[in-house]
Amino acid sequence: MAANPVLKGGLRLLNAFASSGLAERYGVEEQARELVERAARLGVDLLARGGDRGASEPSAPKRRFDLTPTESQELLRTTMRRFALEVLREAADDADVALGPPAEVLEMAGELGLVELAIPEAHGGAGEERSPVTTALLAEELGYGDMALGAALLAPVSVAHLALDHGTDDQRRDLLARLRAEPFVAASAALLEPRPLFDPRRPSTRARRLGDVYRLRGEKSLVILAERARFFLVSAKLGKETRLFVVERDRPGVSVRPEPTMGLRGAGLGRLELSDVEVPAGALLGEADGFDHQRVVDLGRLAWSALAVGQGRAVLDYVKTYCNDRVAFGEPITNRQSVAFMIADIAIELEGMRLLGWRAAARAERGDPFTREAHLCAVQSAAYAMKIGTDGVQLLGGSGYIREHPVERWYRHLRAAGVMEGGLSL
Amino acid sequence: MIDLEIPKKLRPIAELASAVAAGYFRPISRKYDRAEHTYPKELDLLQAAFAGLSNTDRLGGAGAAATAGSKDAARAPGEVVNGGNMSTVLGITELAWGDVGLLLTMPGQGLGNAAIAAVANEEQRARFGGKWAAMAITEPEAGSDSAAIRTTARLDGEHWVLNGEKIYVTCGERADLIVVWASIAPDRGRAAIKSFVVERGAPGMQLLRLDKKMGIRASDTAVIAFDDCRIPRANLLGSEEIASATKGFAGVMKTFDNTRPMVAAMAIGVARAALERLRELLAKADLAPRYGGAIHAGAHAEVELVRMEAELEAARLITLKAAWMADNRVPNSLEASMSKAKAARVGNAITLRAVELAGALGYGEDELLEKWARDSKILDIFEGTQQIQMLVVARRLLGKRSSELR
Repeated sequence: MAANPVLKGGLRLLNAFASSGLAERYGVEEQARELVERAARLGVDLLARGGDRGASEPSAPKRRFDLTPTESQELLRTTMRRFALEVLREAADDADVALGPPAEVLEMAGELGLVELAIPEAHGGAGEERSPVTTALLAEELGYGDMALGAALLAPVSVAHLALDHGTDDQRRDLLARLRAEPFVAASAALLEPRPLFDPRRPSTRARRLGDVYRLRGEKSLVILAERARFFLVSAKLGKETRLFVVERDRPGVSVRPEPTMGLRGAGLGRLELSDVEVPAGALLGEADGFDHQRVVDLGRLAWSALAVGQGRAVLDYVKTYCNDRVAFGEPITNRQSVAFMIADIAIELEGMRLLGWRAAARAERGDPFTREAHLCAVQSAAYAMKIGTDGVQLLGGSGYIREHPVERWYRHLRAAGVMEGGLSL
Repeated sequence: MIDLEIPKKLRPIAELASAVAAGYFRPISRKYDRAEHTYPKELDLLQAAFAGLSNTDRLGGAGAAATAGSKDAARAPGEVVNGGNMSTVLGITELAWGDVGLLLTMPGQGLGNAAIAAVANEEQRARFGGKWAAMAITEPEAGSDSAAIRTTARLDGEHWVLNGEKIYVTCGERADLIVVWASIAPDRGRAAIKSFVVERGAPGMQLLRLDKKMGIRASDTAVIAFDDCRIPRANLLGSEEIASATKGFAGVMKTFDNTRPMVAAMAIGVARAALERLRELLAKADLAPRYGGAIHAGAHAEVELVRMEAELEAARLITLKAAWMADNRVPNSLEASMSKAKAARVGNAITLRAVELAGALGYGEDELLEKWARDSKILDIFEGTQQIQMLVVARRLLGKRSSELR
């Protein structure tokens, strides 16, 4: 909060006056008081007027701090929570073993209309306006079911978001139509590259303009649904800019191989290699200039964090029940502070992560800058998603380490926070 | 509709508090850190200024407690409000950024005022309104376990007679009133604990000494003895009856739901002060927080700056949530304790880390960083220690009684 300079100066003077003892010495305390009172009143009036001026502009809707989802958001949340528990939670272990989601789960998600809901009516879909906040709520519920399957289901939704946010009219029409052609069309954005301290703003993948085509060369890592995807949105350096290109799976020079990982195995992750892949000029997403790649990065971070919040909430619910039921030394282990406090910490840090994500998403939705907020969210999520994962296993003891309980899988999933970049978009 | 920005209508209050913090508190911050037990007379003039405003508590002292139960402006059903609790949190954050010791000794803004605001009846509100009230709970043998207090109150005709000793009474020397916790039936446990308003100078009340402290030295911390101290019968806050269960005690504990987010706000203010100053000092070494790129890359100090900022932001948003719930009359005991647990530990960690990263400058008295590192520690102790907050949070999450999760 920047202090009002006039007021600050005035208060400094008054302070000097009060410190000096002059008022007492000259017996003018009463007058001094009155003066200060008037100054303060004036200060408040001035400030209040300054504050009201903006608020009364008819074009600016009245904003207030509010944590209440809209009715339709609440409805979506309830629906997705059931889907997460009844479908995703049940399928998660098989998907983890099979290194990819079962086809039935993808079809069911298609029937639920996840992609349809992501596309506003104005663009032929069934959704309301493009809303990062709504997507955050959706992603949390999907993550509550299973972070890997949640990521798989969000991948084409994210491609739709990227097309809506950045595509030209033609690209929007074309890409959205392709995503809606069947109940579930796999498609995926690819930003991450395989090296430590990767900066998503500076990919090594290069694109060069050659006549009326672009030629791409590089390698993308941990691409969601890599083997199923019909097409990818690949980030590459084009001159000084970082841009996204639509790359078809069956283009010459495109090769995909599975990339098994510690967790998120159910998301069908893969390595994407581009060896001098030529794509038409129209494959460059967006207009020639004015492309906001930072937004792609920022909304990607928020999506991963929202999934992690959901998965963290699954851990919280699970350990609450398990530890309340688990008896040792003659009483439930939650009667012990060392156990109970770990669970309390999970709840506290989860709330912090969630609110950081909501704030950034709400800013994105209102058109406010949100790069800093998304960055803070990613930082917090990288630290505490992992802590929640490891504490979850610890709280179950030996049972946490065996696959009979899901917390070992969630531990492996939650380490993805702070690792994954891009691939999704809130 | 989900939105986590501070609404425009609350910004003037925060700006005013910010101006007071920068223009009034900061210039005398070091002076009263050194002159412990000297009353900061500059505060009288400030108090006079704000007493003149129609709604003094808007600036955000501890007396502001527009609680979940109190009246606020009429509103449409279902409409979400940002009201007194949120503006209090915002105001306190700004003032604590200036100096948390001075904030704690702002005349008329004691923790006892929060207790009176939360549980007093109309007659008491009228009688005690406008007076400065301190809070006396802790005793030499009863700290976090406030149900174990030994101070007693015996009814004698139309008077209560108090006996016992209270320590750690913030503003105990300076306040007009002291809200004292005492038992009216020591064999009946916590249900018999009531709070009483004792006016300064009441017969049998004696100020034994002022403690010397590590930080918040601008604020006086008193030891007070009650030796057959007689006060009017009508000075008991709440009911004289001993509820069968823990209902009565729950009443006095209710105060904490209102004061804990305020202490969280103090921690946020102090930590922000330290983080901002650290950023200025590091900028001279060409180190700055960077956003949007790789979250782990960069100089260690740069990455640390961003990490601390994320922690502070998490604490701030949880605290705003607790205040928002109170403003909208949603029970917030869980969130109040969460906010204090998170903000106080984050606040302490940030101020200590800022000293470390600023090196000799941070440790020396030329800067205020070392002072903030001393000031912030108390915020993780009073109004319920970190460990007490964790107990509250854990019991609520796990559905435990205090007899089960001790």
